[in-house]
Amino acid sequence: MEFNQWQGFVDGDWKTGINVRSFIQSNYKAYTGNADFLEGATEKTNGLMEKLRELQKQEMEKNGVLDIDVTTVSSLCNYKPGYLDKENELIVGLQTDAPLKRGVNPFGGIRMAREACSAYGYKLSDKIEEYFTYRTTHNDGVFRAYTPEMKAARHCALLTGLPDAYGRGRIIGDYRRVALYGIDYLIEQKQLDKLKIGQGLMDAESIKLTEELFEQISFLNKLKEMASMYGFDISQPASTAQEAMQWTYFAYLATNKEQNGAAMSLGRVSTFFDIYIERDMKNGILDEKGAQELFDQFVIKLRMARHLRTPEYNELFGGDPMWITESVGGMGENNKTLVTKSSFRMLNTLYTLGSSPEPNLTVLWSKRLPDGFKKFCAKVSCDTDSIQYENDDLMRPRFGDDYAIACCVSAMKIGKQMQFFGARANLAKLLLLAINGGVDNVFGTRIGPQMEPMQDEYLDYTKVMERFRLYQTWLCRLYVNTMNVIHYMHDKYAYEKTQMALHDTSVERLMAFGVAGLSVITDSLSAIKFAKVKPIRNEEGIIVDFETEGDFPKYGNDDDRVDEIAQNLIHGFHDELKKTPAYRNAIHTLSVLTITSNVVYGKKTGATPDGRKKGEPFAPGANPMHNREHNGALASLGSVSKLSYSSCMDGISNTFSITPDSLGKCEEDRINNLVSILDGYFLNAAHHININVMNRETLIKAYENPEAYPNLTIRVSGYAVNFCKLSREQQKEVIMRTFHEAM
Amino acid sequence: MADTIGYVSSVQSLGAVDGPGVRYVLFMQGCPLRCKCCHNPETWELGKGTAYTVDDVMQKLSRYVSYFGEKGGVTLSGGEPLLQTEFATELFSRCKSEGISTCLDTSGCILDDKVEKLLTLCDTVLLDYKMTNEQDYFDFSRMHMSQADKFLEKLDDLKVTTWLRQVIVPGINDNEQNVIKLFELKKKYACIEKLELLPFHKACVTKYEQLGLDFPLKNTPEATKSQVNELFEKIQKKF
Repeated sequence: MEFNQWQGFVDGDWKTGINVRSFIQSNYKAYTGNADFLEGATEKTNGLMEKLRELQKQEMEKNGVLDIDVTTVSSLCNYKPGYLDKENELIVGLQTDAPLKRGVNPFGGIRMAREACSAYGYKLSDKIEEYFTYRTTHNDGVFRAYTPEMKAARHCALLTGLPDAYGRGRIIGDYRRVALYGIDYLIEQKQLDKLKIGQGLMDAESIKLTEELFEQISFLNKLKEMASMYGFDISQPASTAQEAMQWTYFAYLATNKEQNGAAMSLGRVSTFFDIYIERDMKNGILDEKGAQELFDQFVIKLRMARHLRTPEYNELFGGDPMWITESVGGMGENNKTLVTKSSFRMLNTLYTLGSSPEPNLTVLWSKRLPDGFKKFCAKVSCDTDSIQYENDDLMRPRFGDDYAIACCVSAMKIGKQMQFFGARANLAKLLLLAINGGVDNVFGTRIGPQMEPMQDEYLDYTKVMERFRLYQTWLCRLYVNTMNVIHYMHDKYAYEKTQMALHDTSVERLMAFGVAGLSVITDSLSAIKFAKVKPIRNEEGIIVDFETEGDFPKYGNDDDRVDEIAQNLIHGFHDELKKTPAYRNAIHTLSVLTITSNVVYGKKTGATPDGRKKGEPFAPGANPMHNREHNGALASLGSVSKLSYSSCMDGISNTFSITPDSLGKCEEDRINNLVSILDGYFLNAAHHININVMNRETLIKAYENPEAYPNLTIRVSGYAVNFCKLSREQQKEVIMRTFHEAM
Repeated sequence: MADTIGYVSSVQSLGAVDGPGVRYVLFMQGCPLRCKCCHNPETWELGKGTAYTVDDVMQKLSRYVSYFGEKGGVTLSGGEPLLQTEFATELFSRCKSEGISTCLDTSGCILDDKVEKLLTLCDTVLLDYKMTNEQDYFDFSRMHMSQADKFLEKLDDLKVTTWLRQVIVPGINDNEQNVIKLFELKKKYACIEKLELLPFHKACVTKYEQLGLDFPLKNTPEATKSQVNELFEKIQKKF
């Protein structure tokens, strides 16, 4: 096949079928130099940013939501075209007809949409209310099938944050396909796939897939129509860098109009765009200033993405995140780096446009990344606290070299794998439930195998573990079953038509389970094993508190005695999950990630044997509990890096804050030392790290005086937030976290 | 002799400001000096601390080698590591054989054959040069400046890369004359690669309170980074 728009590109397999990786490998130009070539923002960009900042200010003043269109159900072609500043926009397209105005998307659940509107002083229109009385939402479907036990586990917060009332997200469409092939070719391919399936056995799965393909094709047509409303014909491939970015953005935008998913990640576009930029430069129609301008404008659009969510949702996922995760850097399977000048340009937007939590810039780190790029990343971290790092050397062997991160830490092969997101189980609560023989000591719920609470005067490690395993077996089965219900219904009532149209038809599915409270349960078990833990019972004999005598090893000090407990917990939980088959033959994966929900989980969990009081927050993700790390930062990293990625292929999140003075005496030292830390951490097979280089005092000042810090960005747990958008409680918890300090 | 015992007050697995690169820092127990600005008073007394064998330390270090990069390694600080020269020598010779860079943070209060042997195993020495005239030196630290000078000369003879460090305390040594003398030393001794002025801070006040000790400089203001940098740059221009 051949298109005029492909002139100047090198041939490869990508010309005989959809294969973006082949296009990249055949055409990209690696860059191993430093950041000196970068340019600043143009006047046009600055003008747009000024307008956007003003709107963001108004948005903050209106409690975080500027405006809501309550009369339209969000979809690809339901809004008139909207602009920020039509004359000066190089990349166009808004989710609704006006900047930062939010649409309503009730397909996940009408109640959620209704409550979100009313939380901000709006009322969902009668027209929509009426329409959805005749329509089954994902939420309706799930609750029709939920068992009483599933509801109880959810009620007492043993399983929390389940995507049963909101869009599951975490699916990355291969948005680049639209730019490289144009919509018409993509439709043709899907039609061929559909025909082929029809020639085989039409069993339930084939029929389901055929119907899905019908919907995918229909939404590819809508995507084309949406672009034409903005005056673009995207039936054919993009012919310039600007078009490549515009086509890609349209595809991403369509997804956001169609789905209110928890995480709406972008994929891995920088190096793909670089190929178009290099071609335009060679043709003399683009210079460096222009290239940066395109990136800036593309990123401005991403920064304007918004979804309408309820305050309860924000409690779990604080700061209004979208997880527009863009994976940058990494190495190729042939050992050549995938870093291009555009990897730098993407990170440079944090300077040209100022620091920002979105897009969620994620550097795929390898020991073998070019030095100049490593140093630039470290500098960006020191200056902006806006990027995260994940271990490319760990992921590449499992996902190839064209994978991307969805949400915070979930790797998947772009266009070839999708994920069923599954929130998380509260491990600390599970331990308490086991000790109490199936009574939740906060909600009073009776759930799981019923037996007497443990009777010993001091808890015995072997007996506790025996019980814990029993309850773990029970919970894992319940957890998989619950997820199966949720995702069956999501496929049925809120299927991601645009995103799945940008996947191969035959897609591999991952079912992503998660755990919260890892450091709490680990230290608790360590206390039971190495110190003396005396349970305190209430009148009904239920254990509600503990007295711990003596010291015990704590996770976060690189002490094998306790770190092994954490390793075994993860391994054991994952093994147990695998025993129950997952919907659509999905592969069971596991994450140690909490987002900001560590605060809520803590609130709903009783006192634990590690000395944590009832209601106190957990540490986020795989982090050690705050201020229990006594041997400095590397020892803390040492404990986390022992958790095995093969048990936790959905990611192990660690958030690391260090004061600038502790990282080095001058900028050059800080940059070099941060590079050493990242190299060392990832060589030890760790998976992920958020880096903040800042002083606690800055956060305290921002807590006391938010207006003075409107753009303060901080990495929290797999994503970055605008500090001022967190709830007061979340802010306090972030301030309490360990700041590694050594003077 | 892998069973030689070192008494360690505490460890800092990430030391990024005590020698080149990322370093694993052992704060050794015991110090004969009583510098007025000391921020580790818990290290003074001998006979305390946690006992480590060289093997213990080597095993811990092995966990962090990947972080050291080209420049980083281990730093012995304190306290005064020269009070445990035998342990230090054994540790550093093991490090050298395993390619781990070694750094000694010392006042230079002892100089004998054993110390000289230890110095030949140091990739970098951080010499804490307290003051620049004899009287102040002794008043401030209970050590003679002549001893520090002797030590510095030895470092120069042995060609050991040296960073000369001094804590700058407002009202005591934050004057140009003092810094000029430090730069003169740097000019005189080829071994001095770097001169570091460390701003005096009082983060240690609570440690003194916990130990029931009086912090002699409790009423002295802290020095800011910018004040110290300004002083440094001003004098640097003259050299």
